[in-house]
Amino acid sequence: MKKLFEHVGEFYNQKVSKVIDKIKYALTHNFILRYTSIHVVVFSFIKIRVTNKRRAAITGLTFIFIWIVGYLIFSLYPMAYSLYLSFFKVRLDGANIQMAYEGFNNFKAAFISDPYFVEILLEYVMSTIINVPVVLVFALIIAMLINQDIKGKGVWRTIFFLPVIISSGPIIGELINQGATTLPSIANYNIVNLILENVGSFIADPIQNLLETILLVLWFSGIQILILLAGLQKIDKAIYEASMIDGASPWESFWKITLPSIMPLISVSVVYTVVSMSVFSLNEVIIYIKNVMLGESTVGTLTTGYGYSAALSWIYFLTMVIIIGIFVGLLNVKRRSRR
Amino acid sequence: MKMFKKLKAFNREMITLLKAKDYKQIGQKLRRVFVGMKFTDGLFYKILIYSLLISLGYIYLYPVLYMVTNSFMTVEDIINVSVKWIPSSFNFENYRIVWQDIGYLNALKDAFILSVLPALSATVSSAIIGFGFARYNFPLKRLLFVLMIITFIVPPQITMLPTFRMFSDYGLLGSIKAFIYPAILGQGLNGAIFILIFYQFFKMIPKSLEESAQLDGASNFKIFTKIALPLALPSIIIVFLFSLVWYYNETYLSGLFLRGSDLMTLPLRVNQFINSFTSVYPEGSRARELMQAVKLAGNVLTLLPLLIIYFIFQRHFVESIDRTGITGE
Repeated sequence: MKKLFEHVGEFYNQKVSKVIDKIKYALTHNFILRYTSIHVVVFSFIKIRVTNKRRAAITGLTFIFIWIVGYLIFSLYPMAYSLYLSFFKVRLDGANIQMAYEGFNNFKAAFISDPYFVEILLEYVMSTIINVPVVLVFALIIAMLINQDIKGKGVWRTIFFLPVIISSGPIIGELINQGATTLPSIANYNIVNLILENVGSFIADPIQNLLETILLVLWFSGIQILILLAGLQKIDKAIYEASMIDGASPWESFWKITLPSIMPLISVSVVYTVVSMSVFSLNEVIIYIKNVMLGESTVGTLTTGYGYSAALSWIYFLTMVIIIGIFVGLLNVKRRSRR
Repeated sequence: MKMFKKLKAFNREMITLLKAKDYKQIGQKLRRVFVGMKFTDGLFYKILIYSLLISLGYIYLYPVLYMVTNSFMTVEDIINVSVKWIPSSFNFENYRIVWQDIGYLNALKDAFILSVLPALSATVSSAIIGFGFARYNFPLKRLLFVLMIITFIVPPQITMLPTFRMFSDYGLLGSIKAFIYPAILGQGLNGAIFILIFYQFFKMIPKSLEESAQLDGASNFKIFTKIALPLALPSIIIVFLFSLVWYYNETYLSGLFLRGSDLMTLPLRVNQFINSFTSVYPEGSRARELMQAVKLAGNVLTLLPLLIIYFIFQRHFVESIDRTGITGE
C-alpha cells in the first residue's frame, strides 16, 4: 500500500507537476498577461505594480471567487427577481408566466384587504419577542450546567445536544401533532391561571401560548447551547479564582465575569434563534405564505399567486430584520451603559 | 465505592464527635459538607445542579422516549388508556410494516447519497471561502461579509420560485445536482454559518505560521492545504456533521426540487408512506388506529442512522467545539 502511494507520488512529481508548471508558465507569460518580477503587464502596455497589498487582495478574491459567483447566481438573482415579481400579479400557466403590473398594490393589499396576514404577523412578532429570551436563558442555564464539574459529562452532553439532530427535521412536527411537546400538567396549576386572569388578553395570550409550547421552544436551543458552551469554556479559570480571593460570590462573578465575556456570543445566539424560529417549517406565517403561493388561499382576487406571496415574503423578511435589529440593539445599549 | 468509604469515615468521625459532645465542631463539619468552603463545592449546590440537569434533561428526553415506546404499541395498547408508557409487549410489527413498505435499506442509501455529497461539497467550499475571508484583505470585504450574513437571514420563500424556475430551465430538477451546485458555490443549506465557523477558526491561526511558510517558498494555495486545513480538522468535522444532519433532515427544498423523481430524502419517503397508508384504510378501522404507532416507528427509523452517527462522533461534536471557532470573537 505504501509503495503504491510512493509510486503515485513519484509519478506526480515527475510528470504531472511538470505539466502544471508549464501551464502556469504559459498562463503568466503570454502576450495578454506577462508576469515580471514586480510588474504585471497587460497587453504589453498597461503596467501594474504588484505590491504586497495588491497580491493579498487578488489571492483573497480568488479564494472567495466561488462564493461571489454562487451569491450572484443563487442568492442575488433570485432575491432581485422575487422583489421584481412582488410588483406584479403573477399567474403560472404551466411553464409560462403571465404578469400584470400592479405597483405597490400587493404590499397595500397585505395590510389593508388581507384579513389574516397582519394578524398572523403580529402573533409571530409577539411570540418571537417572548420566546427568544426564554430560549436564551435556558440555553445559558444548560450551557453553564454542562460546563460545571459534573459526573457523566458525556451522557449529559449527549442528551442536551439531541435537539440539534431532531428539531431540524420533520419529526418535531410529528411530535407536536401527537402532543409529545406539551407538558400536560402545566395548564392545571392554579397560579398560572390566576396570573392569566389578572392581566389583559394582549399579554395573557402569548404567555399562555408560551406555557403550552414551552417544550417546543426549548427544543430550539440546541445550537445556542453549543455556541454558549464554547464561549464559557474560553473564559480563563484564573479570573474566577482571582475574583473569589477578592471575596466575590458566585452570583456576583456570574454577572461581572461570565455574562460580559459571553455577551458577543449572546448576540450571535439571538440572531440564530430569531432566524431558526422564523424559517421553521411549522411557523404560521411560513405556512400562510406557502398557501398563498400555491393558490390555496382564496381571499379576494389579488391575494393569490406568486406576486402576492413574494410581497408577503419581503414584508416578513423586513419584519425579521427589524426584530433582530431590536434585540441586538438592546444588547448593545446594555453593554455600552455598563462601561 | 469511594463515596461509600467517604461516607463511612464521615459517620465514624461524627460519632466520635457526638460522644465528646463537641457540638460546635459538629455544626462546622455539617456546614462544610452542605455549603462547602465557597458554596460551589457543597452538597446543596450539587443537589441543585443535578436536579436541574435531570429535570431539563427530562424535557429533552421525553419526546424521544415517547416516540420509541409508543412505536412498539399494538392496536390494543393504543386504545387502552391505561397503557401510557410501557407497551404490553415488544412487537416489531410496526417496524416491519415501515421497513418493507419503503424498502428501508435502499431508501437509506438514497438518503445518504443525498446528504453526504452536498455536505462534502459544502464543507470544501466553505473552508476555502472562510480562509479567503479570514486571511486576506481586499476591497469591499466588509460589504461582501455582510451580504454573506444576510443570505442566512433571508427566508427560503423569497428565493424559492426564481430558483425553482432557474433549475427547471437548466434541467437540474429531480437530480442531486440541484443540491450539489449551490453547495459547491457556498450557497448550500445554512452555508453562511459554515463559512462563519471556518472564518472564526482561520482567524485564530497565528500570522507568523503563514509567514514562515511563505519564506520557505510555499504558495498561498499550499499554505491553505498544508497548514490551515490540517489545523482545522475539528472545524471540518463539525461542519461536515452539521451539514449532513441538515441535509438529511431537509424536507422543504427537497420536496420541491426532487418532486416526481425517484430520489427522495428519508423523511419525505416516510411521509409519503404515511399518506398512502392513511388513504388505503378508512377512518375508524383497526389499521387506522395503528397508524399513530406506525408513524412513530417510521420516525424512529428515520432518526436512527443520525443517532448512531451522533453517538459515534459525539466526542467530536462536543469536545472540539472550543477549538472549532464556533465562538465569535
